[in-house]
Amino acid sequence: MSGVRVLVGTRKGAFVLTSDGKRQQWKVSGPHFAGWEIYHIKGSPADPDRLYASQSSGWFGQVIQRSNDGGKTWEAAGNEFAYDGVPGTHQWYDGTQHPWEFARVWHVEPSLTDPDTVYAGVEDAALFRSADGGRTWQELSGLRRHASGSSWQPGAGGMCLHTILLDPSDPARIFIAISAAGAFRSDDAGKTWRPVNRGLRSQGIPDADAEVGHCVHRIAMHRSRPGVLFMQKHWDVMRSDDAGESWREVSGNLPSDFGFPIDVHAHEPDTIYVVPIKSDSEHYPPDGKLRVYRSRTGGNEWEALTKGLPQSDCYVNVLRDAMTVDSLDSCGVYFGTTGGQVYASSDAGDSWAPIVRDLPAVLSVEVQTLP
Amino acid sequence: MIRVVLPHHLRTLAHVGEEVEVQVEGPATVRSVLDALEASYPVLRGTIRGHVTHRRRPFVRYFACEQDLSHELPDAPLPEAVVRGAEPFLVVGAMAGG
Repeated sequence: MSGVRVLVGTRKGAFVLTSDGKRQQWKVSGPHFAGWEIYHIKGSPADPDRLYASQSSGWFGQVIQRSNDGGKTWEAAGNEFAYDGVPGTHQWYDGTQHPWEFARVWHVEPSLTDPDTVYAGVEDAALFRSADGGRTWQELSGLRRHASGSSWQPGAGGMCLHTILLDPSDPARIFIAISAAGAFRSDDAGKTWRPVNRGLRSQGIPDADAEVGHCVHRIAMHRSRPGVLFMQKHWDVMRSDDAGESWREVSGNLPSDFGFPIDVHAHEPDTIYVVPIKSDSEHYPPDGKLRVYRSRTGGNEWEALTKGLPQSDCYVNVLRDAMTVDSLDSCGVYFGTTGGQVYASSDAGDSWAPIVRDLPAVLSVEVQTLP
Repeated sequence: MIRVVLPHHLRTLAHVGEEVEVQVEGPATVRSVLDALEASYPVLRGTIRGHVTHRRRPFVRYFACEQDLSHELPDAPLPEAVVRGAEPFLVVGAMAGG
């Protein structure tokens, strides 16, 4: 019988949650790497037993962990993320230039076809690639060396490259997003890049529709339709129908168009999910009600999904990498909160139940659908 | 042999106990001890000092013989008691409350 493996990264370790295809009874394994921040864990689409985890600590820096048995055992891989050449500078909070300094890996994105190839999005913003299972890492420096690079500046959480989307229909096409530089696309496997932010408007920057400088929080695509992208920006939910060449707002009737994660239903490319968050300073759900919003029309028309979610006195946040979908029928949707809950829906969001309630603050949630 | 005491998180990372021993070629200094430690436990590279700069990470401290050696030059000789193995060289995660 098929099943799912949910990979949860938290402020104090990693957890692996497993269930059968019914997704009602769960087994919890962890904490793995107790006490370390686990920004992200993700499995290889080409080999579900191959997992990569970003483990970091303010004291002891970055470690990349790799598992070859679905998270039962782990081994440390390479952790040297050296910028290519002289790193140069980017803009700092006070407008001065600041040297590019590696801080941590925010996101790991395994290749769609090769378990040993994996990408890493890091702070300060850069994209790295490993072709040897994470032992060594090489920067795809064409991104950081883009002419706009020196003008990029960090958001409140640091200048992080947090989103990596690999186009399943074109191995040379990669999308990435940086807070707060915006979205970029490569059509030559990461050698060269260009910003794809036309149509974004951000009130927090001097030129609201600038080519770069937008605080993109997350981008999602459906693998059957990789030219259609959905974006949760600092404010505004956006959609592109031309692989990022242009964007239009689809926030519609959302109670707040601020938020972090966005994801697409596994079998319905026009069904998307967001978690509205109140304002850019309070960072909790409007009215203390934790609601996932679903659009079945690719945006603009949204419905609140509340069954099983706390509808009073709830003041958690859901971070950008903390929502995901499985590919069972019906589609499962999962998200984790800064309050340590991981919620699952086995009916595409119609109803929810917590898998676990009291983990450390959840940084990321990924799911693998197992045969 | 130089005795090195590691903080909890680095012990778990390197799969070792509280104390390890390393053999140092030449004078025992912070640099040579850490070089030997990283040679024996490559997983510790980058966790105590930077990969390229070899600068101590900001929240790591080096103690020995009730002295803070964190700000000593990396090639300064370690105390004789550490060289003799009578006292350990301590790698410490700086205290942070909250």
